[in-house]
Amino acid sequence: MLAIESLNKNFGALQVSKDISLSVAPGQCHAVIGPNGAGKTTLIHQISGVLRQDSGRVLLGGRDVSHLSVWERVQAGLGRTFQITSVLPTFSVLENVATAVQAKTGSSMRFFTSAAGEATLNEQAQAILSRVGLSDRADRPAADLSHGELRLLEIAIALAGSPKLLLLDEPMAGLGKTESAVLIDLLNELRSSFPMLLVEHDMDAVFQLADEVSVLVDGKIVARGTPSEVRENPQARAAYLGEGA
Amino acid sequence: MMDRGALIGGMIFALLLAMPVLLPILGAGYLTGLLIKAMLLAIAAISLDLIIGHGGMVSLGHAAFIGVGAYATAIGLESGIEEILLLLVITLAVTGGIALITGMLALRTSGVYFLMITLAFGQMIYFTLTSLAAYGGDDGLTLWSLATLFGSDIVQEGEGLYFFVLAALFLSWFSVWRISQSRFGRVLRAARDNPQRAEVMGYPIVRYQLIAYVIAACIAGVSGLLLVQYAEFVSPSIAAWQRSGDLIVAVVLGGLGSRNGAILGAFFIVIMEEFLSSIFHEWRLIYGPLLVILVLYAKGGLNDLIHPKSREAS
Ligand SMILES: Nc1ncnc2c1ncn2[C@@H]1O[C@H](COP(=O)(O)OP(=O)(O)OP(=O)(O)O)[C@@H](O)[C@H]1O
Ligand SMILES: [Mg+2]
Repeated sequence: MLAIESLNKNFGALQVSKDISLSVAPGQCHAVIGPNGAGKTTLIHQISGVLRQDSGRVLLGGRDVSHLSVWERVQAGLGRTFQITSVLPTFSVLENVATAVQAKTGSSMRFFTSAAGEATLNEQAQAILSRVGLSDRADRPAADLSHGELRLLEIAIALAGSPKLLLLDEPMAGLGKTESAVLIDLLNELRSSFPMLLVEHDMDAVFQLADEVSVLVDGKIVARGTPSEVRENPQARAAYLGEGA
Repeated sequence: MMDRGALIGGMIFALLLAMPVLLPILGAGYLTGLLIKAMLLAIAAISLDLIIGHGGMVSLGHAAFIGVGAYATAIGLESGIEEILLLLVITLAVTGGIALITGMLALRTSGVYFLMITLAFGQMIYFTLTSLAAYGGDDGLTLWSLATLFGSDIVQEGEGLYFFVLAALFLSWFSVWRISQSRFGRVLRAARDNPQRAEVMGYPIVRYQLIAYVIAACIAGVSGLLLVQYAEFVSPSIAAWQRSGDLIVAVVLGGLGSRNGAILGAFFIVIMEEFLSSIFHEWRLIYGPLLVILVLYAKGGLNDLIHPKSREAS
């Protein structure tokens, strides 16, 4: 579904992506783990178009999207969440999702009829909200949500774009144990319909969700395999799992 | 749920509609001109609120579009075009065209840089107007003939002009409100709230912002057209950046992105100026602190004082 071919990116003298290649097959969850500053977010940014790679290609469903802008990649089927929660704070929870549905449903160059009154948009948004378990929050302003609820809302927004692939940048960051467990269950459920590239620090999550794990250290992929292979891989242990595990 | 925004808007327009009858009864017929001035400011403020309140784009050059509209009209009149609907088309084409070009460049930036670049474009337009020697240059131009509607002079003065301006105010108010609630307006507000998120929802946000910028400029241009018709005079001073500042004050004072705020703010400014300057000469000494107090204590603007929590976010 997603293929990345030898991506390179420098910030001045700092090489944040060194010849990164990876792929995510349909139905698969591919996790990227690595220490702080390894270049995980920068990788997600390049895939979603927020940052431009210096060289290399990003293919989505076989189509080269490397030179498309952010919004074109979303239209092409890339959905993403942010490491630092990013929603529309003055919009209601429902309207956050409805706005994302709207992007995929007909033209938004309509100037006179009320968008909030469009039943089809609202119904689809409601359905997605109940899927992530936020239906009872639909009418609240997004700014009123708890951190955990915001993370769910971001996933709902990403789902609303009916993506071919989800890019999730540390969705568990800042969540408590129970909240994490809820989110892991949700992602497990979504996995079959939405292939995912998951960046995550939470090892429990990674071992429960991922089919394949890539270990990124200093911009370079140093190990790759199934979760249990990576757990046993000395290089990965040294680089990342070493101390705590 | 009762729609208080519509109710208050309806009351404002009912009052304005009744004024030509009420004022003479109260022996205050001389205030008609003041009301026209306030309505013209309100039209421009409403348009500015589309880009500031709903779009989050703070322009400090908006009055330049009033100037462009006014000069397009004045030059049209000077060249013998008198039909107001034709002048309207010319005004819309010229302001819209200039806004499209300047907007494309200005929207490469955002925040304080957007403010600076719109200020710069506004000043360029202002100085261009002062250099139009054939049309009065710095001193401006008195117009000896005014526009007609289908050959009739009904829109040139008195009640005819008053109702024509009122109709324009109503159309601007109604359209901007509808636009803000439409799919387009929703995208515009999303881009104001969080541009990156709006883009990652799949929207080319600059395209939406540019269209809003052009619409706002066109409405301001119409206010310029009507200003010529009312004042029978045009000068570059209407395009000065201080006028853009007044518009921002009107919009912020009224309540950003609220249904009736821009009208309330504009009327407040015009009436306060008139009232304070009639009591004493150094009225600006009071006006300044008054603004400070209002901004500090009525964060949602005058609109919030009338009906709290009505900011139309959804
Ligand atoms: N815009 C930028 N300009 C310069 N350097 C940057 C920029 N963005 C990130 N970096 C640097 O690039 C490196 C990789 O950053 P990145 O955010 O991708 O790391 P990460 O793996 O996501 O880390 P974390 O686990 O903390 O989220 C870091 O050293 C960071 O300081
Ligand atoms: Mg990161």
